This record gives sequence, C-alpha cells and structure tokens, in this order.
Amino acid sequence: MKLSHSLALTLPLASSWAAAADLSVKFELPRLNVAEYHKPYVALWVEKSDQAVAANLAVLYDLKMKNKEGEKWLKDLRSWWRKAGRDATMPIDGVSGATRAPGTHTMKFDGAKTGLDKLPAGDYTLVVEASRESGGREVVKVPFTWTGKGKVEATASGKDELGAIALQIQ
Amino acid sequence: MQLHRLTKTIALGLIAGLSFSAHAHNAWLLPNATMVDSKKEAWVSLDAGISNQLFEFNHAALRLDNLMVTDPDGNTTKAEGAVLGKFRSTLDLRLPKDGTYRLAIVNNNVMGSYKLNGETKRFRGAQGTPGAEIPAGATDVQTTQVQTRLETFVSANKMNETALKPTGSGLELVPVTHPTDLRVGEPIKFRFQIDGKPAANLAFSVTPGTAKYRGSSGEQRLTTDAKGEVTFTVPAANMYWLNTSFPGGERGAPGQAQQPAPAKRYTYAATFEVLPQ
Repeated sequence: MKLSHSLALTLPLASSWAAAADLSVKFELPRLNVAEYHKPYVALWVEKSDQAVAANLAVLYDLKMKNKEGEKWLKDLRSWWRKAGRDATMPIDGVSGATRAPGTHTMKFDGAKTGLDKLPAGDYTLVVEASRESGGREVVKVPFTWTGKGKVEATASGKDELGAIALQIQ
Repeated sequence: MQLHRLTKTIALGLIAGLSFSAHAHNAWLLPNATMVDSKKEAWVSLDAGISNQLFEFNHAALRLDNLMVTDPDGNTTKAEGAVLGKFRSTLDLRLPKDGTYRLAIVNNNVMGSYKLNGETKRFRGAQGTPGAEIPAGATDVQTTQVQTRLETFVSANKMNETALKPTGSGLELVPVTHPTDLRVGEPIKFRFQIDGKPAANLAFSVTPGTAKYRGSSGEQRLTTDAKGEVTFTVPAANMYWLNTSFPGGERGAPGQAQQPAPAKRYTYAATFEVLPQ
C-alpha cells in the first residue's frame, strides 16, 4: 500500500470518531536474559477489518545511525514492512522515533495528526510488532471497535518479545 | 557497520562474536548432517557464514582458510577445497575413516590501542604477525588478547571420542554426551574449561535455527555449575548454536558501555544437531 508522506487519508466523512479523540498505547518490552541484548525495533499501526493499514502510528528504530544505516533492519519488522514500510520514505514525520529500553512505555497519538479522526466507526485492530537483533520477532494484535464516540479500552499480550499491550481511546 | 572494516575483519579470519558496531554479527558453521551413515563414501557438506540471523545466509561469507579437521585418530590437518561465495563458504569434506571428526577454526588475535606522535591508533592482528605489533615509542598501550574457537563435530558410521579431547588451551567444551548423538528430550551434558581448568559459573546460550519461520528466538540462557558442568535439554529438533565468552557478562546490558578491556578474552561457539526421537 502506497504510503504518502502526509498520511492524509481521503475517506467519506461519515460517522467518524470525534476530532478530539486521542489514542494512547501502553506497551511492555520485556527485559530478556540473552547473550547479547539490543533494544528492539518496534512498529505500531492500526488496521481496518480488511487488514489494510488505517494509520501508521510509530516506528521505533536506530534513526540516529550514520548514513541512515539503521534503516537497513526495518525490513525485519516483516509485517509492518509488507504493509507500510516497503513503500515508505523514512523518516516519517511524527511517526519515526528512537528505540526504547526494556520496560513499560506509553505513547499518545493525536487523532488529527494520525488521520484517526477521519476514520469511520467500525472494527479495527491495533498491531504492535517487535523485532530484536540476534533475537526473535513477535506481532501482537489488539482488536477494538469504534462506535464514533465514547471511551475504548482493549488489551492483549505477547509471549516473548512483547509483554502487555493496552489501548485507550478517549 | 562500515564495509571496509568488515572486509578487513573477514580477511583476518576473526570470529565476529566481537561486537565492534551497534549491530553485531555472529559467525557460524553449518554441516548438512552430524551423523553420516554411508558404507561407500562418507561426505559432509559444511557451510560457513556471518550474519545476525542464525544460519541465514544473508550477510557475509566466513572464510574457511584456516579450518582444521581432526580425524577419529586425532590427526589434525588443514581443510582444502573450500569455495568462497558472497554469503557463505562451502566445503565438501570426505570422511575416509569411521568415527568422529572435529572441524574447528581457532584464532589468537591481539587488539587494542596506543598513542604515537599524538595520535591514538587502534590495531587488530593475529598474534605473532606484524599486524599485532606495537611500534617503538608508543604510549598508553592497551591490549587485549582474544582467543576464539568456532567448531562443529561430524561422525561417519560410528562414534568415538579421540577428536573430542580438549587441547588444554583456551575456552573449550568437553562433550560428556556425544555431540553427534543428541536427541530431543534426552539430557545433554557438557563441561567447559578454560586453559584446562573447569569454567565454573560460566553463562552460555543455546539457540535453535529457523527463527525466521518460528518468530521466537528460542534462546536458552544457561550456566555451568561449580565444576564447570551443565546438563540441559532442548524442546525441539533443530540445528543449535551454542555460544559463550569469558570474561562474560551480557553485551548490551545497561551501564555496561565503558568497561575497561580485559587483558585476555575468550570466545567459543559451536554448532550441534539435535534430532527428533
């Protein structure tokens, strides 16, 4: 799917979520007991019920490396790469970020900036993918339904590369 | 990681278990089998590569220029005929005698830095060669001797233990359970030693291949006991890479950034095959 730099999605302005709706994701990166630990590359995005990308939320990678070398390993985020990354030009404004250390992190996404506020009511999935150098890769899906207004809370959990994931819209 | 540095590293035959960039790569050997049953002619085909996805040929070839083969009688010779490709080296090796062979690459390198004429210079070279020499007049000399061993084992028609005997030098694995007789669910007992002495409380990892299709890395982190011994099992049939180093400590641990380089460092890695029951 072609991902334009501005991420503006042209969709019918049918009952969409309120302009003020912000999405926040709390995710846990476990501290693993391994020979050589590197902070994982992580991608967060929202999919529609047909699994097409509705919004790119964040891509955390080694964006400070010389000569953009950190981009070389973005393709190890295989699902994100296939759905959004392969055709994207990095860094993506407001989406690209640095890798995070093990622990719990909360990221907040502005409804307007991410284009979420233009999406119609329906079933969606928050997808979080983590890929660790010399380690594994895991994808966690958090399904949720957006009715057009109100609060949404949903959780899921990974098994090894990702821990608990909690989504909140309000 | 800069290309010219990687090329230089490969030329020196260094084991890439040393992290010299933010993205480290590991070197590994991959035999097509570790037990060959053949009444006519027994052969093993060995691949060797450097990558950060275990057993995936997607980065650089590992040179087999100084691969040494120890036969079932304990005679050690240099392997000939390896083919150097872009992503792997390959060697088809005939196994003329029945019994167990050891295929190993051992390196003794010196690396470090010194100051000369106001400039700080880094160096890396095989011990005893000009690349490892420090020029006269150098100050602030810091050196680390790095001894590395990368190996695997193959048996032809029967197993024996002659080639399994340790040399007494460096960080070595002494298999108590025969390394070409490993099965899922059966306890695997190994002993580690450093320069002939038991390596107590040595942390090591055992990692299966094919993470690309499985997702999880499956890495098991284990430690030897006070006698340098360990017994473990693996949950699935696969080719496994065992790796350890001494002085150890997890690389990438927070707060580990600027540790003084030790005077001597050892690394060990080996490939084992664990078959299904």
